[in-house]
Amino acid sequence: MRDRASAGAGGQKVRWGALLVVTVVVLVAAGVYAVGAYQRFEESRTAASSVGTSAGVKLPGAPFVLFRNTASGQGYGNAATVPLSDPGGTRAISGQECDRVYGSPEQVVCLRTNRGLVTSFEANVFDHDWEQQRAWPLPGIPSRTRISPDGSMIATTVFVTGHSYATAGFSTATEISLPGGTTGNLEDFALLVNGERLQATDRNIWGVTFAPGQADVFYATAAASGRIWLVRGSLSAKTLTAVHDNVECPSISPDGTRIAYKKNDGGALAAHWNVAVLDLASGRETVLGEKRSVDDQIEWLDDRNLLYGLPDESSDGDSNIWKLGTDAGAQPSVFIAHGWSPSVVR
Amino acid sequence: MYISLSDRSGGKRDKPQGMGTALSSEVPFRLSPVILWLGIVSMVTDVSSESVSAILPLYVTGFLGLSTIAFGVIDGINQGASAIVRIAAGWAADRTGHPKRIALAGYGLSMLARIGFLFAGGFWAIAAIVTADRIGKGIRTAPRDALISVSAQPQHLARSFGVHRMLDNIGAAAGPLIAFFVLLMIPNGFSTVFVVSLAFAVIGVAVLGLVVPDIQAKALKGSGAREGHRLFAFSWSHLKEPCLGKLLIAAGLLGLATIGDGFIYLVLQDRDSFAVQWFPLLFVGTNVVFLALAIPMGRLADRVGKIPVFVAGHVALLATYLLAAAPFGGLWATVGCLVLLGAFYAGTDGVLAALASQLTPSGKLATGIASAQTVVALTRMLASAGFGVLWYAVGASTAMLLAGALLAGAVLAVVFILRGAKRAVPADVSDDA
Repeated sequence: MRDRASAGAGGQKVRWGALLVVTVVVLVAAGVYAVGAYQRFEESRTAASSVGTSAGVKLPGAPFVLFRNTASGQGYGNAATVPLSDPGGTRAISGQECDRVYGSPEQVVCLRTNRGLVTSFEANVFDHDWEQQRAWPLPGIPSRTRISPDGSMIATTVFVTGHSYATAGFSTATEISLPGGTTGNLEDFALLVNGERLQATDRNIWGVTFAPGQADVFYATAAASGRIWLVRGSLSAKTLTAVHDNVECPSISPDGTRIAYKKNDGGALAAHWNVAVLDLASGRETVLGEKRSVDDQIEWLDDRNLLYGLPDESSDGDSNIWKLGTDAGAQPSVFIAHGWSPSVVR
Repeated sequence: MYISLSDRSGGKRDKPQGMGTALSSEVPFRLSPVILWLGIVSMVTDVSSESVSAILPLYVTGFLGLSTIAFGVIDGINQGASAIVRIAAGWAADRTGHPKRIALAGYGLSMLARIGFLFAGGFWAIAAIVTADRIGKGIRTAPRDALISVSAQPQHLARSFGVHRMLDNIGAAAGPLIAFFVLLMIPNGFSTVFVVSLAFAVIGVAVLGLVVPDIQAKALKGSGAREGHRLFAFSWSHLKEPCLGKLLIAAGLLGLATIGDGFIYLVLQDRDSFAVQWFPLLFVGTNVVFLALAIPMGRLADRVGKIPVFVAGHVALLATYLLAAAPFGGLWATVGCLVLLGAFYAGTDGVLAALASQLTPSGKLATGIASAQTVVALTRMLASAGFGVLWYAVGASTAMLLAGALLAGAVLAVVFILRGAKRAVPADVSDDA
């Protein structure tokens, strides 16, 4: 205090003036930026959609593709459908915003972020008139979802984040909703590797896929202690058994014989995910000809073609759905532009 | 020792004081403007950092997808690095005798990190920025607490820290709300949140740089000035200080039984769908209780003693564990946990800094505070890692009960250890006052 007093009243005035100027300048600058950003958002939200659309009041007849529409303008972020026979045609856009969608002929599961002063996350199940059947809260940011072939089970994967300085980082929470309840977090299932029960605590489970025709069986990714496995899960035994190394986000083919997945060949901290296919009977793995890194749970278009989303480099918040054949030498092509989270409903 | 500001309270420091320290009731409380301004610096800085922290998961998962999982590893490393930087910064503050300059460097580094967010892309860029921010936080904490300590009336030390922590937590509670409000208006408005955050960071640095005096304080160096030159084995020497050494051991023991809040929130969430839905609010709720109780707990600590309040704070934590492990759930159990957890922070965070500064010789003030805070941070990290193992081995509720038993044991041990230190406290203060 004495120091300041001796600096003289004049010096103090200058300091207070400088503080006032700095405060006003940065607050006004931030305010101007925020207003500009809000206006840009309002313009894009109310603009006509950049692609051909129609109102999707109910689900079309199967087969169709359900996805998240990422074309700018009205309907951005909403669940949409196109007929399987004309994926590039006019899309029917529903009134439901979803981060991640998956469908069966009778129902749609939609994981969404409820923005607000308290941002929360939830899973919604809609019937085929887009009427809500049920909803439940999710413990984190939506990442993956799947419905079992018979429609009775729904798997969700979300990112859970620490909320204080004392908790380190991110993990996943994966649950399967069953007709009579839920499995709880699959992390609590026994994880068996080479016949031994793993005790590691840094385990994460993500990306469930349901095996067609086998009500008790599912596949998923398990990670612990820096290793990653394809695991075969049993709902009745509450076990996850490692069956293959380095398989992430498995997706089982409609005929149940192969699994498409992403395979990291870039190390844990600089991931580069290739698209690969595993033949379940022979255990033979084929890495496909996609050069870009794919961070998605792959969807089977049919028994010989895959679909997945990739962010659009040229525009923030936009992405495209790509198609890739499983034969050697196949090259990717755009299947649905301005879309994400494809689900083929047969 | 607390010359520069307590002078203004009319020379009451010279009053003969029995055992050496006046009761808080005998000296009217006057909040030093330095503490008020440091509180405002912390408040706007917390608005800045917590607004980004709150939306960072959404931003990072959008940007990084599943590589986000690897991000957790870096976060763990950062916490360790931040804890170590803290001691070095405390030592530098003592050696230079200019804690404000060190604190300014820390606030400045975090501010520069905010600029980085405007241009960030990719895993390593985001990791580097978050690391810079964490290190900045590590640098600034102890020098700032040293400034609070020398600016406070010794009789109202804990209350002064309470005022600071209250302002600090107003910022911590407001930051997420501001950020989520921006995202409510502009769903993809992450860049707007970063700009707003940068604005608050700049204001914080400006207030500290322009308004807070550079107390190079003989108050800080004092008799320790000559001694300071001999001190190269910085923090280790503190273990030789009988009282601070005991405090470090006590704080470390309690830290080893203090699992992260995240686990408590997860247990609540496992039990109760209310907690799932309002998960982000659990953190804000704890902060609100903390800010509401920060001053009352500080006053209590000045009146009945800092050690009893520090220990009682851990008893509140013990009660949190038991309530979280209890077989019944529901709204009131969840709210009860938040209140107890907030009380724990209010009774321990500022009080620990007050205790450490009281037990440290004046020339090593910032180092002493930094040592105590580092011990707590590191032991809590260990506790969280250990609790993670327990969680999988025996299940959430049993693990919580075991942690509670460990904490109860630690509390008893600490009561025993600090009996000696408590006697020594008044003598130490009489040196200073």
